[in-house]
Parts: sequence; C-alpha cells; structure tokens
Amino acid sequence: MAATEMMNSVQVVSARSPARRALGLLGGRATLGPFAALLLAVAFFSFESNLFLRGPNLSLILQQSVEVGTLAIGQTLIVLTAGIDLSCGLVMAFGMIVMTKLAVDNGVSPYVSILLGLGACAGFGLLNGVLVTRIKLPAFIVTLGTLNIATAIVQIYSQQQTIESPGSVLTYFGRTFALGGTTTITYGVVVMLGLFAFFGFLLSQTAWGTRIYALGSSAASTRLSGVRTDRLLVSVYVVAGLIYGVAALLLIGRTGVGDPNAGTTDNLDSITAVVLGGTSLFGGRGRLIGTLFGTLIVGVIRNGLVLMGVDSIYQILITGILVILAVSVDQLTRRRSRG
Amino acid sequence: MRLSRWVLSVAAATALGLALVGGSSARPDSSIKVGLIVKTTTNPYFADMIKGAKAQAKKLHVTLLVASGKFDGDTGGQVTAIENMVSAGVKGIMITASGDAVVPALEKARKAGVYTIALDSPTNPTSAVDALFATNNYNAGKLIGQYAKKTFGSKPAHIVMIDLFPGPAVGVLRHNGFLAGFGTAGITPKDTTQKSASQVECAADGFGDQAKGQTAMENCLSKAPDVNLVYTINEPDAAGAYTALKNAGKTATIVSIDGGCAGVRNVKAGIIAATSQQYPHRMASLGLTAIVTYAKTGKKALGYTDTGVNLITAKPVAGVPSKGLAFGLANCWG
Repeated sequence: MAATEMMNSVQVVSARSPARRALGLLGGRATLGPFAALLLAVAFFSFESNLFLRGPNLSLILQQSVEVGTLAIGQTLIVLTAGIDLSCGLVMAFGMIVMTKLAVDNGVSPYVSILLGLGACAGFGLLNGVLVTRIKLPAFIVTLGTLNIATAIVQIYSQQQTIESPGSVLTYFGRTFALGGTTTITYGVVVMLGLFAFFGFLLSQTAWGTRIYALGSSAASTRLSGVRTDRLLVSVYVVAGLIYGVAALLLIGRTGVGDPNAGTTDNLDSITAVVLGGTSLFGGRGRLIGTLFGTLIVGVIRNGLVLMGVDSIYQILITGILVILAVSVDQLTRRRSRG
Repeated sequence: MRLSRWVLSVAAATALGLALVGGSSARPDSSIKVGLIVKTTTNPYFADMIKGAKAQAKKLHVTLLVASGKFDGDTGGQVTAIENMVSAGVKGIMITASGDAVVPALEKARKAGVYTIALDSPTNPTSAVDALFATNNYNAGKLIGQYAKKTFGSKPAHIVMIDLFPGPAVGVLRHNGFLAGFGTAGITPKDTTQKSASQVECAADGFGDQAKGQTAMENCLSKAPDVNLVYTINEPDAAGAYTALKNAGKTATIVSIDGGCAGVRNVKAGIIAATSQQYPHRMASLGLTAIVTYAKTGKKALGYTDTGVNLITAKPVAGVPSKGLAFGLANCWG
C-alpha cells in the first residue's frame, strides 16, 4: 500500500509538461523574446520574398553567421562575468595570420600552424585575464588596449598582405556536404553549432558554468563563498581566446585566405548578438542559445533585406532599434525580478 | 601593491627613456616642415601614400610629419593632428579627410598661413582646402563600365553591384560612373545618390572587406542566380565576390577599382576581368612638391589635379584604352 503510494507520488513529481520541457531547451523564459523575434523575422521575410525560405538560402545565412556567432560564444562567457571584450575580432585576425603565414610562408605543417594559432589567441586571452584580475582594470579598458595591440601586431606581422591559398587542411571547415535536395552546408556551421551546444552544456550543467553566473551576479559574495574568482576569471578569458582561435580557423575555411583586415567590426557585431540574445551586459544573466538567436536575427535581416531589394541603411537602422529593444526588455525584467 | 608599484616604475622609466631618445634625435628647425594626415595607417592604400610622401620628402630634403586617425571616420583624431602640426610650424598639410568635421580646423590652419591640400577624397565643401590631388572616382567607375559594355556587346547583362556602405562620396561616384560607362542614361558626376539601371538585379554593401563582400555576393546570388557581371567597389570585395561565385559553382565577369598589387595579381589570375588603377603614391608626392614650392616661392597651386587612372586588364578591348599586367604590377600599391 505504502509502496504504491510512493510510486504514484514519484510519478506525479517527475512528470513535466512537454511545453515546459521545450521551454527549458530553448533556454527558458529569458530567451523566449529573442526566439520569438527570430521566428517573426523569418516569417516576415518568407512572406516578402519567395526566395527566402529555400534550403540553400537558409544554409547561406548559417554559413554567414559562423564568424560572428563563434566569436559571440566567447563574448557571452565574458559578458556573463560582467565584463566585455573589445579585442575579439582582432585576436581572431591575429590567429588567422599566424595559422596561414606559418603554413604558407614558413612551410610549417598546417596542423602545427593551427595549434600555434590557437595558442596565440589563447595567449591574448591570458593577457586580458591577467590584466583584468591582477592590475584590476575594467575589462572595457583592458580589451580596448589589447585591441590596439592586436591591430598593430596583425599589420606588422602580415606586412598588410593577405595570405592566399593556405591549403586544404587549413580550409577544411569550408568544405560542404549535402543535407538533402540542393541544400549543402559547411563543416564550419557544424563546428559552430557544436560549440554552442558544448558551451551551453558547460554553462548550465557544470560547476565552472554555475560559478561564472555567480561571479557575474555578485563578485563579492562569490569570493566570500570560497570560489577563487581571479582564477575563474582568467580561465574565462583564456577559454574565450581559444574560441576566437577556432573562429579564425572557421573563417579561413569560409573565405579561403588569411586576411589582416578581418574582424575589425566584429567586436561590436558580437556584442550585438549577445545583447539581442537576452544576455545582460551587467553580468550574471543570459543563456548561450540566446546568443545564437541573436546572431541569426542579424543574418536573417541582412539576407532578407537584400532579397527584398531594400536599401542597406535600413538594415543598420533596424538592427539598432532591435538592440535598444533588447536592452530595454532586459532592464525591465531585471527591475521586476528585484522588485 | 608590489606589482602595481613595479608597473608604475617601469612605465616611468620607459617614458623617461623615450624622452631622452626622442630629444637626442631632434631635427634642426630650419628645415621645411610638411604634414600628412591619413585616415588610418592600417589600410595599405594609405600606407602607400605615406611611402610616397616619405620618398619625396627625402628627395627634397624636407621634414615630413605623419599622423592618422585611429579608424576610418576618426575625424576627432585628425582634428587634433591638424592643430598639433600647425603648432609645429608646418608650411602645408595634406589630408585624406575622414569626414566633414575636419573642415573648421582646416580653415583655421589656412588662416594661419598653412597651405591645405586634400588627397584622395574631396572635402565638403571643396573650397575648404586650397587644392585637391585625387583620382577622379567617377571616371574610374566609367572606365570599367565602358570595358564591361564593350566586352558584353549585345549579350544581355545581369548585373550585381557590391557597393561600399551608405555615406562616402567615393562609393556613389564609382557606382554611378560604372553605370554611366555601361550606357545608362541620365547619370552625371554631380549626382550625390546612387542610381540604378534596368539590368541591375541586386545591390548590396560589401564594406570594402573581403568576408563582408562574400556575404553580400552570396545574398545577391540568391536573388539573382543568372548574374554574369559584377561591379565591386574595390578589390577585397571582388575577391570575396569571386569566392561566393565559386562556391555556388558559377562564373561572372568581375570588374573592380583600386589597382593594388594584390588586385592586379587577381587580374592576372583571371579572378578580376579589369580594374581601374589609381595612384596614392603620386597623390602624396605631387602634394608634397606643391607644398615645398609654396614654402620657397609663396605660390599656391589651386584647384583639382587629377592624379590619373588606368584600366588594367589582361584582355584589352577596342575603344577602351587600357594597360597590361606588366604596367599594372610595376605601378601598383600595397
């Protein structure tokens, strides 16, 4: 009798409506807004142009999102700690130049070049992390400085030359495979989506992730609870740097060159993606999948407006309005949860 | 505490060291001083301009002061540079203006007796400077438009235009010049907005950047899959457009502007059909010579000097003057 009662109660407790489970997968209520905005944009452009909802076109939008989307993963990690990284695009460019220059000009094995490029980017992350934690400067200022350093190093090291024909190993992630019908997709997109899944898991299911949120919410109480916040923060910056290195490799795959002028606007673009995805710039709140939605929203609008033949100045206007909306929504929900 | 004190002392020592080194290499003040302010030093186009100015300065034994903004559009940085150079006693300033905000500072400099020259892009109003040494961007576009028209003949053209971004005059001039050269009626160099034509099936912004040019071309390919002629604002965008076409398994005639060494190599490789080559080196060199003449004789050369443009192609067509790859590679910049 008692056993059956217990079994029944266990069954009741563990049952979760399919709707709630779906909501959880989408990142919870925080990212419902960005997801709805993405759906709205997709619906709008499908209505306005019959070229939009085709498989090859949607695949294009994903491929075009690889550069900023991957960078935005690292940016999200840093923003969650209430920091910001203005150097991300140029650290990626530095990685691109290191990987391609070593392989093409110095005959280094492409695999070793990739590792060295990843290391170089992680090194910049380490520099950012050390300056933020040891010298105690705000992330905005530190990464502004490393942005300038990275810009200069890229130009000096590359001699302002684009490095071409880096070889099939370095451009591997630009290769495509068929998805069905006429739709193909690149390995780069698969890597980007995989990284979103991997870091989404790390953020929500591991101690490292939980501590990042805690650090962003309140650095003082996190430290008082025994977490070594300095070490945690440095690890976040180093991991972000590594992610920028992966972005470099994916961009080499997409464009087929090592471009010293790559990534110059990517810092703002990645921050836009993070903000549009519902992550708070004040730290401690936001889900990584929101950043994916944010990246895709920008890509959908850009692609959709070209298909509609609308002037590109409106794309810039719409993106700006969306960012203000997203930040306002974040501020309002923050006030409500505190109230 | 110990670490920050160490950082402070290293910084102080560095500053002191730089001051000592800087002081010891100060040049005699009797030399003529000329200023050059570019948009950014990271763009190889402006780097070539600086090289041209430095070479000419060495030849004429004058002192060249170089400054730039931090990014394309950093008018604040350029204004500061103008003011500093005027205090340093320059006889003339050459500037590639990042925007109209530099005009008041230039007017002030002119009133102080400094000869002001605009390079590459005109100021707004053009009377804000004494002289302009620049490419005629409208003509640069017109040349490649004429080349495309002659190459296509009576074949129907499906055109995609990869432009810069909304704002700068250079984007409008090149775009309109191309259409005028291709045969579109009703376009003049005085038009300040981008015009269209019936054969243009898509236009998107490439921002002069290779990756963004690729994105723009990809989006236009979805819209205009039959494209056979692509106008690009510059050569990095042309390279991006080519990659987009290649990935889609298509080919098209790509024309561009700039004549950088990488771009001419792309003409050689068959990626770009023809490009209008311009000469930043020459702009700076002529500008500097004009300033030295002013310093020595008090005479200012006024107005616009066209520093020239040449069509570079491996496949010349009758009726459109052009130069070959050898010339292109010998005179390219970057």
